[in-house]
Amino acid sequence: MSEPPANRPAVVRARDVAQRFGPRTIFEHVSFDVAAGEIFVILGGSGSGKSTLLKLLIGLRPPSAGEIEINGRRITGVDGAAGLTAARREFGVMFQSGALFGSMTLLENITLPLEMFTTMPAPAREAVARVKLDLVGLADAAGLMPAEISGGMAKRAAIARALALDPPLLFLDEPSAGLDPITSAGLDRLILELRDTLGATFVVVTHELASILAIADRCLMLDVTKRGVIAEGDPRRLRDESTDPTVRAFFRREAL
Amino acid sequence: MTSTLETAERDGGVALTLSGRLDSAGVGPIWRRATGAAAKAGDRKLAVELEKVTVCDTAGAALLLAIEAAHRGPTRFEGAHEAVRSLLENVRQAVGHEAKQATARGQQADAPNVLRDALRATGNGIAYLGEAAVAFVSLPARAKMFRLRDLLRYMDQAGFSALPLTVLLGFLIGLILAFQSLVPMRRFGADLYVANLVSIALLRELGPLLAAVVLSGRTGSAFAAEIGTMKVNEEIDALVTMGLDPMTMLVLPRMAAAMLVMPGLAIVMDLAGLGGMSIVMMSFGFPFITIANQVQYASTTGDLFGGLFKSVWFGAAIAAVACRAGLATGMGPRAVGLSATAAVVGGIVITIVIDGMFAVLFNQAGM
Repeated sequence: MSEPPANRPAVVRARDVAQRFGPRTIFEHVSFDVAAGEIFVILGGSGSGKSTLLKLLIGLRPPSAGEIEINGRRITGVDGAAGLTAARREFGVMFQSGALFGSMTLLENITLPLEMFTTMPAPAREAVARVKLDLVGLADAAGLMPAEISGGMAKRAAIARALALDPPLLFLDEPSAGLDPITSAGLDRLILELRDTLGATFVVVTHELASILAIADRCLMLDVTKRGVIAEGDPRRLRDESTDPTVRAFFRREAL
Repeated sequence: MTSTLETAERDGGVALTLSGRLDSAGVGPIWRRATGAAAKAGDRKLAVELEKVTVCDTAGAALLLAIEAAHRGPTRFEGAHEAVRSLLENVRQAVGHEAKQATARGQQADAPNVLRDALRATGNGIAYLGEAAVAFVSLPARAKMFRLRDLLRYMDQAGFSALPLTVLLGFLIGLILAFQSLVPMRRFGADLYVANLVSIALLRELGPLLAAVVLSGRTGSAFAAEIGTMKVNEEIDALVTMGLDPMTMLVLPRMAAAMLVMPGLAIVMDLAGLGGMSIVMMSFGFPFITIANQVQYASTTGDLFGGLFKSVWFGAAIAAVACRAGLATGMGPRAVGLSATAAVVGGIVITIVIDGMFAVLFNQAGM
């Protein structure tokens, strides 16, 4: 387990986290810290459990074992519910499919959290939501329905919605999966810009090599056969220095 | 030329000679004979002669591996062209790799356990009722999540849009009931009492029940499909991670809408049915004023309000069952369809169960 950069508090802490489905172990003994302002990438092949790990981190399902803390609040265990409720105000999530609400326009998708959790009047909510859409380059699409936009636009709109309440922490599930290289690179740049302008912390799940090398400060690699973490650290150093055959194969795009 | 298979005894073993095209069209006709012959060879040597094979694709390779698997002793492939040999090796490796991966993942097929599934389903149902109750109690604290705009939309969807169908069904049922009973009742000179029969049947039972069937078929399925699609698209997960309660945002407004529109639908059903009956009776020579008088004399406000009271609970139960079916939607394209079906079937069943309970209750209360 490598330590996060010194002098910065851990925003996300995972200790000995395991997930099992019946007799099947997806991963176990997963421990890591994500420091404030960091872009932390969880990577691994298909079926290695990276999306499952993300679901545990955002409290959508309890881990089979282990502890998870967000901003110092425990969100797992019998007394984790209160911590989870409080933590949910402090992070935003972008789901793999975008998960925009299909019965609302993009603008309404973004004003919804503002309507629910702030006392802003309607015009203020709309103004704030438009700023978020501007940030992700979708100013012209505010009135469109989710069914009317492309996959890349849906992902950007989902990031805008995750940003609605300006959370200090963002979880992104496969932001560049299924996108063309240009759109994908645009999203990577957007993530870096958001980190620099808003100072947000990002936890990103992806298996897109180009994206990992472009954005990640540190990464954690899961492997299906080892059922856990096989590497952690700076992805560029892992690419050049790792001796693990799976890590080398992943970064060199080779078959095992 | 497609494929052919010749079997021969050779050197105390068996020789299979394959020729022609071993592709998806070619392997079908010889598959059973080839694997059968391999199995029959038992412990004896098996030689598979491939020299006359002109084309072999992955279907052909699968056949060769199946022959190998069917034979208990050693199998030798002879005379294969270089391309066939390398394809066979690739496929063999892929199959072996997959098998290894599957063991690595520890995949085990769970034996179906009806009792455990039934217990789990019951437990989930009780948990759902509990969640709904908690959501209802904590509604004042989450008033913002209960959106009036959504409530009005669901009322429009469940109520106003259902009016034409309700009128048509009610009218036809009144018409049929009156016509079916008029002919036999006339023999006893009791044909005027058809008005009593139809009005009591409609107000107490058929009006609310048929309105419930309309609600379940039209709106219950739509509720389940809407929520099911949201589930498949991860929209429910998105709500939860935002700290919004799906029960308060999605289920309670739908239940409230169904409870609010059901008495209206039941009244419309009643009136349309009485209209249908009146037309039949008028065509048999009764003046409208006589029919109206008879209906007024026969049925009490208790009949009407008893029926309307029941309809409110039918609405609540149908919406709850439909939303539950939606929230329980699994993954994949079939899941939403299954949920919609479950919503309609469950809605109709629960309506009739509740109707039976009310029949006992009303009877005990002397109504």
